[in-house]
Amino acid sequence: MYELRFDEDMCFACGTYDCLVKCQHLELDPEMARIEIEKIIHSEDSFVLHDCVTCYACEEYCPNGNHPFYLIVQKQEELNISPLPEPLIKQGVQMGIPFRGEPEIQEINGTALNMGVFSQLTNRVQGRLFEGLTIMSDDPRKMFHYFCQLMYLHYGKTSVINERLKKVIDTIAAHKVTEVVHFHDECFGTYTSYAPAFGIDVPFKSIHLFEYLFNKLEELKSDIKPLNYKVAYQRPCSSRLSSDKHRFVSKIFDLIGVEPVDREYVDENAMCCGATIMGQKKEGSRQYCAEIQRKNIEDMKSAGAQICVFNCPACMQTLGKPVGKTGIMPLFMSDLCRLAIGEKVA
Amino acid sequence: MTFMEYKYKDSIHRCFRCGYCKFPTDWGAVTNCPSYARYRMESYSAGGRLWLIRAWLNDELQWSEHLAKIVYSCVSCKNCVEKCPLSFRDDLVNMVIAAKTEMVEMGMLPKPVKSFLQNVQLHGNPYGIAAKKRADWMAGLDIQPYQGQEFLYYVGCEGSFDSRAQSAARATAKLLLKSGISFGVLGVNEISDGNEVEMLGEDGLLEDLAKKNIRQFSDLGVKNIIALSPHSYNVFKNRYPDFDGRFNVFHYTQILSELIKTGKLSAPDKSEMRITFHDPCFLGRWNQEYDAPRKVLRALNGIDLAEMERNKKGALCCGGGAGNFLTDFLGGSDESPARIRVREARDVKADILAVACPNCLTMLEDAVKVEGLEDEIKVLDISEIFCQA
Amino acid sequence: MGSIYNALIEIVGEDYASNRQEELFTYSKDLGTSEPQWPEYVVAPKTTEAVQKIVRLANKEKIAIVPLGGGMTLAGLALPLKGGITIDMKRMEKIIEVNESGRYMVVEAGVSQGKITSYLHKHHTHLMHSETGAPPAATVGGNLAIHGQGDLAHPYGFNSDMVNGLEVILPTGEIARFGSCAIDSGWYTMHPLPDLGLFLGWNGTTGIITKVSLRLFPNKKIREMDLFAVENEALIPEILYELTHVGFSEDLVAFSSEIPPMMNKLHSISIVITGDSEEEIEFKRHLIFDVKLAKYIRSGVGGIAAVSQDRQRPQISKSADWKKGGGFEYVGAIMPVSAYPECYRRGAEISARHDIPYTVLGRVIGSSHGMMFSWSYAFNRADPETVRHAREALHETDEQVMELNGTIWKPAVFGQKLMMDRMDTNTLQLMKKVKNLLDPNGIMNPGNWEVGQ
Repeated sequence: MYELRFDEDMCFACGTYDCLVKCQHLELDPEMARIEIEKIIHSEDSFVLHDCVTCYACEEYCPNGNHPFYLIVQKQEELNISPLPEPLIKQGVQMGIPFRGEPEIQEINGTALNMGVFSQLTNRVQGRLFEGLTIMSDDPRKMFHYFCQLMYLHYGKTSVINERLKKVIDTIAAHKVTEVVHFHDECFGTYTSYAPAFGIDVPFKSIHLFEYLFNKLEELKSDIKPLNYKVAYQRPCSSRLSSDKHRFVSKIFDLIGVEPVDREYVDENAMCCGATIMGQKKEGSRQYCAEIQRKNIEDMKSAGAQICVFNCPACMQTLGKPVGKTGIMPLFMSDLCRLAIGEKVA
Repeated sequence: MTFMEYKYKDSIHRCFRCGYCKFPTDWGAVTNCPSYARYRMESYSAGGRLWLIRAWLNDELQWSEHLAKIVYSCVSCKNCVEKCPLSFRDDLVNMVIAAKTEMVEMGMLPKPVKSFLQNVQLHGNPYGIAAKKRADWMAGLDIQPYQGQEFLYYVGCEGSFDSRAQSAARATAKLLLKSGISFGVLGVNEISDGNEVEMLGEDGLLEDLAKKNIRQFSDLGVKNIIALSPHSYNVFKNRYPDFDGRFNVFHYTQILSELIKTGKLSAPDKSEMRITFHDPCFLGRWNQEYDAPRKVLRALNGIDLAEMERNKKGALCCGGGAGNFLTDFLGGSDESPARIRVREARDVKADILAVACPNCLTMLEDAVKVEGLEDEIKVLDISEIFCQA
Repeated sequence: MGSIYNALIEIVGEDYASNRQEELFTYSKDLGTSEPQWPEYVVAPKTTEAVQKIVRLANKEKIAIVPLGGGMTLAGLALPLKGGITIDMKRMEKIIEVNESGRYMVVEAGVSQGKITSYLHKHHTHLMHSETGAPPAATVGGNLAIHGQGDLAHPYGFNSDMVNGLEVILPTGEIARFGSCAIDSGWYTMHPLPDLGLFLGWNGTTGIITKVSLRLFPNKKIREMDLFAVENEALIPEILYELTHVGFSEDLVAFSSEIPPMMNKLHSISIVITGDSEEEIEFKRHLIFDVKLAKYIRSGVGGIAAVSQDRQRPQISKSADWKKGGGFEYVGAIMPVSAYPECYRRGAEISARHDIPYTVLGRVIGSSHGMMFSWSYAFNRADPETVRHAREALHETDEQVMELNGTIWKPAVFGQKLMMDRMDTNTLQLMKKVKNLLDPNGIMNPGNWEVGQ
């Protein structure tokens, strides 16, 4: 079906093996990394395949854009080394099955805002920043028709993604969209990173939500009143698939007058929210997840953050409450931007 | 109407009669459905009523006066809408209104409802009082007729004709005059807004009233309306657009709140007064406005603002909605919702039971009298509290 | 007829007695699949004395009486099978006393579960009662009349095991008390007085419960629900056994359903943990997941599906609307925990045959001493075919329960007969003697649990 466009020679010639050396969760020096990467390429068992926490970061670390994380997931599936217990995999795979009828396809003939499986979050995309955009997938009963499937990277199931993704792309395209702004960062990653990596054609242009927000804020510059908050940013795993768009985080922060706190887990060193680590098979995963969550939040707190800005609803679901308990307000980026132009957020 | 013509034929059977609709938001009582509170028979609960309506429309049950009483004992408070966990909950009150409409069309109505509707049709108000007396409430006040001012102050039928509610109408007008905002009234040209008429199932008469009102408002150039009653506020805001009547609609507490914020109105000293606020259904559950009245009350210097256990979304309705302030299907018992409510105000040791609706005002004041609590609690409209020095 | 009606009005007042078609219709209906059974009168008394007068009237007139609480058994147990007077007990809802140091509360039996939860939450936050799985409108008296269980079943057993005292009106009209309240010593214990357990689990056929002293239990500050999932149903009994050995859960429920697709052919165990601090909760999580269940996670046959989920009380259920039809009924059976796999398989098979998405759950009672296993069958109230299918599925399930050597909980007449057909003859005869002793005129909810019918 779809093959991962992966150049093994590039890996063999890599001098740094950054993908594994820079990994925050595994300890590998360059020599070990070389050995393990070669095993993986040759479909041999490697402890990396067992211990990978599926944080996507190596996609960014690779200086050659050679998709080491997609490779790891593919090999996990090939070698039947699933990161999660079987019942959780089955649950995840079944979750994506739409069962409440077909979606209503209304022709948009313009720019759409795709909510993906977050139809219930339409109140996060209200106000002047989103005027003129037609919302796609605002019906929770039909949202799995718009599910980008990339979640299954955490499940060691590229086969499920590859089986289902074309139909989802066709559904979006049927709306006759010219451009699609994706509410969820991971949808953006699916259509701009994963799909090309596997040779899946995407007949619409994707726009990153933060790029869209930044441009919109520029238009409404005269309405911006600096918020003067100290903020921490919870960078999601999916952001690693579009690292060229990560710059919009600081651009937005500059524009709206918030100060990103000086903390450890930022940019390339961002910390996964732990949602998918908690249930992993590897011994001690639950405690490890709790530990990295604790460190991440302590890091925000000790750096003086008043707000934690979220990109991904899954991170918000996982960390929102514990962040809030420490007195830091959890907010989606879209809501923070709305506050900056004087709008009230529900 | 056959069952197949009933607008909610595809959903009315979905009520399970689980009983969530009897409770307030904090689950503290089973008496938050006003008719169930009064009668405590399952037939009078929100779910029981729907099962009866379905059986009647399906010809399982014959129409009877008792059935009509049960249907008309729904005062449209929306507690059921608030509490029902299922996806059709937004239609619950509408399902009952649609059944009332069928009874209207059949001409099979309880007498008090018939009188109410006939009076509105003939006199523009449910009391059957001559229209020329509609402006009597403002005698002695320097209120101008509406001639293009910034706001139309719409008083409504209760404020115009009910002697108790007239006091609230006057107090509100005095505050508006004092603040200097530009407003006028329709006086004898004012007619019913149609909200209760719709709640009673007479949608044809609502349309008639709405169109008449819209024509009059438009001819006069009305853009902004201050409503004394949340019932008027509701119908102007949410239903008149369906008849192409689009106005900026405010409840008077929203205006007062703004006037206080901008310093155009100062609050009197009410030190050592313990006040509790009764949320009117058509401001609260119908329109999610719980804050403006409280902001206004908090501006009063020195008061102690206490909340009854059932407040905001969980407030117990006074039982006056859907015309029941006149048709009185829920009266005559110490378990009438209005009487339960004033006992709750007594339980929080309130000196004043504050209201923001002429319906609530008349219902609760009568209840205080019947309960023998006149020496303990005063029922006052927020405007009256503000007017008292 | 007229004289009975007038007599009822004399007792409760005109507003609270009815012989009108609208009330009779409403009270003829059960929320499940039972066919309507019409009462002749409906009455809603507020005091024990009023109930007593009604019972005496019924004896005099030889007319049946059926006490009704929330009407949530879904098995038609409060439908008047032989006409008569339906007594709606829900006006008797006072909370009479909460004794904090003794951890009990005395209530009138018609009080709703929701009101109790709310009252304790507001006024005695460190105390809780065992709340039923039924909606909050269910009553205390009704639940005890059927040996109900609630969300404290695992640590503390059946709700009827949590009774410190009872006040009952006998079918002949006398008021009797059981427990320390009978010797006027307060309401703090049922034992050690001679066991007169003639009213709990008797489905309202031996008397009307009017007051109850309910045990209350420690309510901790933090409550969370964690979920553990397996694919192989055969693992459930052993996992529940392990969890009940650890003993730190407040509630353990294993469940599986066809809808949503996420749950299909998977089995989740909901594990409720409480604590007064994050340390306490984390300690319990550690023992449960990192120690006890680690082997299942390691081998990949079980996984932590969620932790720290909110657990609301009362719990809201939307299950009634699964078929967009406003109806469901379930067979509940008290089963050995080891029967879970077979219960699930047979339930899935019966559901498939009747074109109903399967829905099963098992709530652990005690230390895996048993479970309340339920098979739910949704129907569309507006479609008689689906009602028929649900009814047939329920009857087949009742029969399967007997085949699996289970005990049907709160059975309707159909299930009662199955149980009585299998019952020890002496036990059955004793039931009959007790019933005749207490209810010589045969007026108490006749038609239910009638031996030799």
